[in-house]
Amino acid sequence: MVDNEYCVRLEIFEGPMDLLFHLVRENRLDICEIPISLITKEYLEHLDLMKTINIDLASDFLIVAATLIRIKSRTLLPVSEEGEEDEEEGTEIARPLSEYLRFKKAAETLATRPLLDQDVFVRRFSPEDWTDKGHGPMVQVGICDLIDVFKEIMENAKPEYLVDLTREGLSVKKRIAELVDILEKSSSITFQELFSSKTNRSEIVITFLAILEMVKMDMIRIAQQLQDGVVRIFYG
Amino acid sequence: MDNLSAIIESLLFVSEEPLSISKIHSVLKEFDKKKIREAIEALIERYQSQEHGFTLKEVAGGFQFRTRPEYSEWIKRLKPSNPVRLSRPALETLTIIAYRQPVLRCEIEEIRGVDCGGTIRTLLEKKLIRVVGRKDLPGRPLIYGTTRQFLEVFDLKDITALPSLKELEEPNILCPNDSKSL
Repeated sequence: MVDNEYCVRLEIFEGPMDLLFHLVRENRLDICEIPISLITKEYLEHLDLMKTINIDLASDFLIVAATLIRIKSRTLLPVSEEGEEDEEEGTEIARPLSEYLRFKKAAETLATRPLLDQDVFVRRFSPEDWTDKGHGPMVQVGICDLIDVFKEIMENAKPEYLVDLTREGLSVKKRIAELVDILEKSSSITFQELFSSKTNRSEIVITFLAILEMVKMDMIRIAQQLQDGVVRIFYG
Repeated sequence: MDNLSAIIESLLFVSEEPLSISKIHSVLKEFDKKKIREAIEALIERYQSQEHGFTLKEVAGGFQFRTRPEYSEWIKRLKPSNPVRLSRPALETLTIIAYRQPVLRCEIEEIRGVDCGGTIRTLLEKKLIRVVGRKDLPGRPLIYGTTRQFLEVFDLKDITALPSLKELEEPNILCPNDSKSL
């Protein structure tokens, strides 16, 4: 029923798109005109084999198989409007597939580009140097130091006499994106620079949370200058 | 001044990251940006025409000395390299983000037909993509885009340096109707 050659190829399948793609290629079909019955039959044969290998994998394909069967059943049933709906269904499957094929091709092309640290190399300074880019010697800071700096900033922030009822437009996620923009431009920034005097309390809190989140995600590193105690944020 | 090229060359030599024209201009205020660009182009030309082990390349909005790919074998013998390694799903996801940015996770999944949460996380960790905002839709989904790191890793001048999807198209695989929708 299913020969060995098929077994080997099955291992490279990754998702329903790939399986459909494979079938399309094998049969040299125009994907806009999928002969559903033929594909469904082959599909079920594949599923039979899959079950013995990995039931989870097989279940992944069921959705596409089910869609194909639905289309097939539609072609068999009499349709009042010249079978226009069937055509729509056919392209419904074909459209994302052809789009996916296009991206697959683009991905292959991208992979052939000269890759940094594999094909091309750049001058790099030793990893220890990141703490010392002309800012004097640095020490690693702990969470307590960060809180101290935060307190200081909060004390310097202007007191809020009025109740601010405007809706806050800032979120931590948004602030992270903004910080990335800033850091992509200048690679490092002092803690104080991030908090200008006109920022309000909630903005300060959000910025602080964003920084903590970014440290957690290993996006930035924070170090303190030995002499003047300035806390600096480094990107990457 | 004749030595403008040499000054820029020295700046590029000591820089770890691609150096943008505006960054060079901030050091060399006495020259306008046009002069600086001309000097850089002359340098690029010189490195390209001579048999050097490296060339000057425009990468990620700046300029950087990069070794020629044909010498990678020897460099790898000298020092251990740690290139970004991507699985095929991760590479496909990255490609979709690169071409479709700003893009939502559900849009990526619609194209790939499988869950992309894991690969998106991997790409975020590798700093090849980043969150660029949130869409004003129910659930406020995150919007993704590529980073400068992505351009550096794939040796791209900017995001438009990617070949267009149309250029990559193979007419024998894709159906003829598709060219219209592009």
